[in-house]
Amino acid sequence: MSEIRPLEPIPSPLREQPDFAVPPALAAELDAVIARYPQARSASLMLLHAIQEQFGYISRQAVEWVAARLGLPPLNIYELVTFYPMFHAAPVGKYHLKICRTLSCALGGSHQLHELCCTRLGLDPRQHGPQTTKDGKFTVEFVECLAGCGAAPVMMVNDAFHEGVTPRRAEEILGGCS
Amino acid sequence: MPQEYRQILQHIDQPGYTPALECYLRHGGYAVLRQALALPPRTLPGGQVLSGPEQLRQEVMVSGLRGRGGAGFSCGLKWSFVDRKSGKPIYLICNADESEPGTFKDKQIIYKDPHQMLEGMIIASYANDVHLAFIYIRGEFVEGARILNRALQEARAKGFLGRNILGSGYDLEIHVHRGAGAYICGEETGLIESLEGKRAYPRIKPPYFPAVLGLYQCPTIVNNVETLCAVKHIVARGGAEYARLGTPNNTGTRIVSISGHVRRPGYYEIEVGKVTLGELIHDPAFGGGLREGRQLKAIIPGGSSAKVFKAGETFKLKRRGPDGKESVQEVALLDLPYDFDSLIAAGSMSGSGAIIVLDDSTDIVAALANIADFYAHESCGQCTPCREGSLWMAKALRRLTHGEGRPEDADYLAHIADNIPGGRTICAFGEACAWPVQSFVAKFRDEFIARGAADAKRRAASGRETAAPSGPPHPATAAALAQTPAE
Repeated sequence: MSEIRPLEPIPSPLREQPDFAVPPALAAELDAVIARYPQARSASLMLLHAIQEQFGYISRQAVEWVAARLGLPPLNIYELVTFYPMFHAAPVGKYHLKICRTLSCALGGSHQLHELCCTRLGLDPRQHGPQTTKDGKFTVEFVECLAGCGAAPVMMVNDAFHEGVTPRRAEEILGGCS
Repeated sequence: MPQEYRQILQHIDQPGYTPALECYLRHGGYAVLRQALALPPRTLPGGQVLSGPEQLRQEVMVSGLRGRGGAGFSCGLKWSFVDRKSGKPIYLICNADESEPGTFKDKQIIYKDPHQMLEGMIIASYANDVHLAFIYIRGEFVEGARILNRALQEARAKGFLGRNILGSGYDLEIHVHRGAGAYICGEETGLIESLEGKRAYPRIKPPYFPAVLGLYQCPTIVNNVETLCAVKHIVARGGAEYARLGTPNNTGTRIVSISGHVRRPGYYEIEVGKVTLGELIHDPAFGGGLREGRQLKAIIPGGSSAKVFKAGETFKLKRRGPDGKESVQEVALLDLPYDFDSLIAAGSMSGSGAIIVLDDSTDIVAALANIADFYAHESCGQCTPCREGSLWMAKALRRLTHGEGRPEDADYLAHIADNIPGGRTICAFGEACAWPVQSFVAKFRDEFIARGAADAKRRAASGRETAAPSGPPHPATAAALAQTPAE
């Protein structure tokens, strides 16, 4: 008789965050956001943005919390985290550098900018997806068009846009990240 | 001399002009809204009575305004399709998801003159009996969302928004909704799904025409930022007067984003069709020409989805002479008027009004590889031809840009591209990802074949018959696209 051996469970890409707790003030703020919409589910992206701003990433607990707040199965929130490029399931660096990869910026030197940032920070310039330095300070990522094509190349450092980022300007920006 | 005609951009970039309400009011802001709300009903000669909102809709129809987001569809018609008898609420959404590569015009309005956009939005909402409207702004415009929220608060505090706007009895609320980095949210039904809190999977039409079954299955209008600003100017001038700007069937002004290999990349507002493609690229008032010693190689005239033009192309176009007679004339690429109809007649489109200029230093294969990578990344994955096709094209182009090409790759690319659009996909993304590949490969065929042939020859010389597996995906078209950024 051969025995049926169960396979190993497939690990979830979501991280555990046992101490996840939304501060009451933020929770109240988010309830007000939900109330703006005729249907609560509409608020899901706004809630995920707020959670990510607060905690730096979206954990399993965060997905379940948002889902419960909106009266949805967690899957409906999880599928958003995997679909929308701005949401991340793992923490990113204190400084998240998003360099535009798309045509106008590439013509204006964005590949050189990406390479410069990676080399300066000890990361692999050949990698496309987000990479974080070992000390957790920087994440470098190539992203698609950031709507700054007239002042290429364009880079975002967290929420701030930097346009016309020459190598010298890039050194200044990196130097200013303490 | 071709010149800018700054209507929407009138105050933007003027010294001292700020996004604050107080500044907007000093420059005559919200006067048009006041005027729109005060429009009395008008009795037509036949005895029919037109309400204020109906008159506003008529002005927009008369103005000939065409959508500034990409499709160039008549705004008045779009509004006329709205189901006003369903008994359901009507929603208006401002599409501020600006994400077509090459386009950066809406950002200027959002960041520098948010109240102009709000005024246009409030007028458009009033004209369409809308009481709840949303601004769908791309997630990366974090500061833009803050600016808009501040502007909304200011507008509410002064009675331009909220209950009983300016004592008219009209109520409207507007909220900012942030996207999260997906290009497909610019497609109006994908945007609606995203605003409903779902993945941005575009909806199939029929039956899901937004004007009938849009947000929450209610009638919905989705208009671009610039289109809504134009509505304000139409109401200010009157539709017929607005239609005198620009050229017949291509009325008004539009903001053109110019990027790539020109000396003065930037955003320029023109009367539609009054400036040629050549003037936009070469005139000192616009792009200012190419860099020293460079020749024009190609123009992408309407965002990266638009079919590419090759330098030196000529087109046979129907044109109306001064005597009013139509005749077929040969028009050179650089003499094409920058408008909706001429570019369509020339086989491309003005799309989102974004011109990307490529000079003779450009590796055309690498440029297409860059574009194809964008679409492979951004396909929502719903329809097989688009999801798989966009990826296959990107893979083939990666081979071609990494020394693993084959001479037959040109035909292979064309074959894939030909089998994505034409009703095989739910939304126009299928067209958007196929058009650049079809046009680049057709117009620069020799370069694609030569690249593949050189690779094959090199492999043969080294005793390798077939292309090796291309290895880990790597989009670095860097070496090929290398340019020294201007200091």
